[in-house]
Amino acid sequence: MDYEKLSLPNYNIPEDIQNAVAITTLDRLYNWGRRSSVWPLMFGLACCAIEMIAAQTARYDMARFGMEVMRPTPRQADMMLVSGTVTKKMLPAIIRLYNQMPEPKYVVAMGACASSGGPFKEGYNVVAGIDKFLPVDVYIPGCPPTPQALIAGMIKLQEKIDKESIKTVTWYNKEKVDGNYVPMPILGPDLIDVRRNAEIRDIAATKEGA
Amino acid sequence: MATALQTSTVDLAARFPNKAAADTRPGFTGFIVNKENLIEVATAVRDEFGYDLLTAVTAVDYIAENKMEVVYHAYKTTGGPGLTFKVQAERVDPIEVPSLINIWAGADFQEREAWDLYGIKFTGHPDLRRILMWEGYEGHPLRKDWKEPFFEEEVKPFKSRWPEGKHTFAEQKNPYRDNLNFPKDFDPENFVVEKEEDLYASLERHTTKDIEGNMKTDHIVVNMGPHHPSTHGVLRVAVTLDGETIIGLKPVMGYLHRNHDKIGERNTYLQNIPYTDRLDYFNSMSNNFGYVTTVEKLMKIPVAERAEYIRVIMAELSRVQNHLIFIGMLMNDLGTMYTPSLYAFEERELILDIFEAVSGARMMCNYYRFGGVVRDIPDDVLQKIKDLVLERIPAKTDEMERFLNENEILVARLKGIHVLNAEDAIKFSVTGPVLRASGVPYDIRRADPYSIYDRFDFDVAVRHNGDMMDNYLIRFDEIRQSLRILEQAIKQMPQGPINSQKPAYQVRVPAGEAYGRIESPKGELGFYLVSNGKPNPYRYHVRPASFVNLTAVETMCKGAKIADFVALLAMLDIVMGELDR
Repeated sequence: MDYEKLSLPNYNIPEDIQNAVAITTLDRLYNWGRRSSVWPLMFGLACCAIEMIAAQTARYDMARFGMEVMRPTPRQADMMLVSGTVTKKMLPAIIRLYNQMPEPKYVVAMGACASSGGPFKEGYNVVAGIDKFLPVDVYIPGCPPTPQALIAGMIKLQEKIDKESIKTVTWYNKEKVDGNYVPMPILGPDLIDVRRNAEIRDIAATKEGA
Repeated sequence: MATALQTSTVDLAARFPNKAAADTRPGFTGFIVNKENLIEVATAVRDEFGYDLLTAVTAVDYIAENKMEVVYHAYKTTGGPGLTFKVQAERVDPIEVPSLINIWAGADFQEREAWDLYGIKFTGHPDLRRILMWEGYEGHPLRKDWKEPFFEEEVKPFKSRWPEGKHTFAEQKNPYRDNLNFPKDFDPENFVVEKEEDLYASLERHTTKDIEGNMKTDHIVVNMGPHHPSTHGVLRVAVTLDGETIIGLKPVMGYLHRNHDKIGERNTYLQNIPYTDRLDYFNSMSNNFGYVTTVEKLMKIPVAERAEYIRVIMAELSRVQNHLIFIGMLMNDLGTMYTPSLYAFEERELILDIFEAVSGARMMCNYYRFGGVVRDIPDDVLQKIKDLVLERIPAKTDEMERFLNENEILVARLKGIHVLNAEDAIKFSVTGPVLRASGVPYDIRRADPYSIYDRFDFDVAVRHNGDMMDNYLIRFDEIRQSLRILEQAIKQMPQGPINSQKPAYQVRVPAGEAYGRIESPKGELGFYLVSNGKPNPYRYHVRPASFVNLTAVETMCKGAKIADFVALLAMLDIVMGELDR
């Protein structure tokens, strides 16, 4: 990051050491470090994953934004790029991956399917948007989004990171340990979201017919 | 020409009186075989009549007649039209049909799919588990009386989406406010999760006997996937290992099952074209091609001359970029992370530029229409295609071959590993480059020509060892042959209209059935459609190449090392969108 962006104005630093010394806030420094090396989880679901790969290649080159280090293991990843249709059968695996990611972690819903179910929403095996389970930071529209759109979404995520403060982010909150833990859904006669157990039981009891 | 209805020369009804009868419903072809005699007739179909390749097995739910029908499409690897035979069963549970797995091993996964989605029990199938949905899922979704949780109406266009009505979210119509449906009085708190014991039981697993001098070792079961960087998407395989050697393997799929068949039966014929794009998402042009060919077969309409050439050009460009990516991805899985695939993606981008210029989308082209294509190729794009086909891609293919083919590590990793012989390949209904690398010169473009492939001069690429090296090299051969076809197609392309029909929102499709197939880059891509004369298909089935090719995977890797299995998956060139649909 260049001197102007990192340093706070209104502090008089002698001109001869301006390239060696910067006065800034901890937040700015922290956010700068975080936003400049977002490591995505190497994880593709469907069609969008191909555009995700394309965005990594020479023509689009996400490495320009510090996002080229795809980690296949969730334990080394900062950002989950949900690239494609989330099916009920796949969902427990996705939640498990998310829970294994160390904080701070971000979720980007890439494409129509991950955002809302997309063209497959009416399908019986399709989850209508990953935001029913995971907290999504950025939605990228498109089916699939072009690599340019993906990069625009990534820049939005960087802007979001820029606005964070260590004082308020959830992962340093001592009272709410595991604040981002999502309970694992169960594959039963249909997908069981365990947070909604009571509701499911009540509605199933009032169901008409056999 | 594939568009003309070919009557097959085999008469099963004459050979098996009282056991088989010709299908006389208007628009239908083939024979209806008695359930009791199915094994006998099928054996004769294979051994007497020589239909050695069973490509498609699927079911249709004729709820009005209270019948469940299983449809088989068999072909000869020497070429020519196929033979369709069907078997009908009363639609009363349990619906039982004898399994053909002992005659054609390739029926394995497709019969499991029919069990999963239709609830047809194939007696004699050794491992009849659900394949796309999970074990314990309620109901068999493709039955006509099974309604999905977001069910609105039987067929599209839905009234709620119609301009004068106001839009309501599907969530508001479901009591759970979500895509959920539970049986009455279901209690999630006392629900016992069904363990995947059947899956693990289907794997051979035992403790090695303690023979004198041998260490007593236990076999271990390893689950690869569904999140694994080299399973090409969300495939999972359960592997039994003895040390590093694979002794048993079962693929588990369905992690990207997006219900193409069910959604396709609600859609109108035209609405299905963009859905086919999303099957094999590397090759949306080929998928479109297969679907429109099938619907044109049903509609019996001609295709505009210029459009035929445009279709071939786009399908072959698609094949070139698919094989380039294949090579890049194979290298990725062999350990040369990124560099070769960056080379491959560079060329792919140039081909995608052409797709974007003609159709407006890079990947999901939605370009073919019934009777032609939707837009013409502009002159400057044609010039770009010429430059690519005549100069750039041949040079780049040579360059890739020069860089890679004699690389010591590559040869050591590929030569003589995972051999699939011709006999097994046919038995397991393997199609596409994998079959041709085993020495069977079976290419639908030549064996049963569709569109205008009979006008071009090209060779069917074939190699004879059936190992990974041949599978790798045959992709280069195919790129070269595709370039030959492209060269001729560009030269011969006439001027003229690009569609023989007027653009229409609804098309009239007469009642009947059709099975259309094309040689997609991955193998045989088939579509089985049943029309009842209404604006929506009664049955819409995709016969994906990747799915059926995966049947052979267990045989291919028994005794091999687990590290080579990763390369094998790359070599089969599976794509999950098509595999799971």
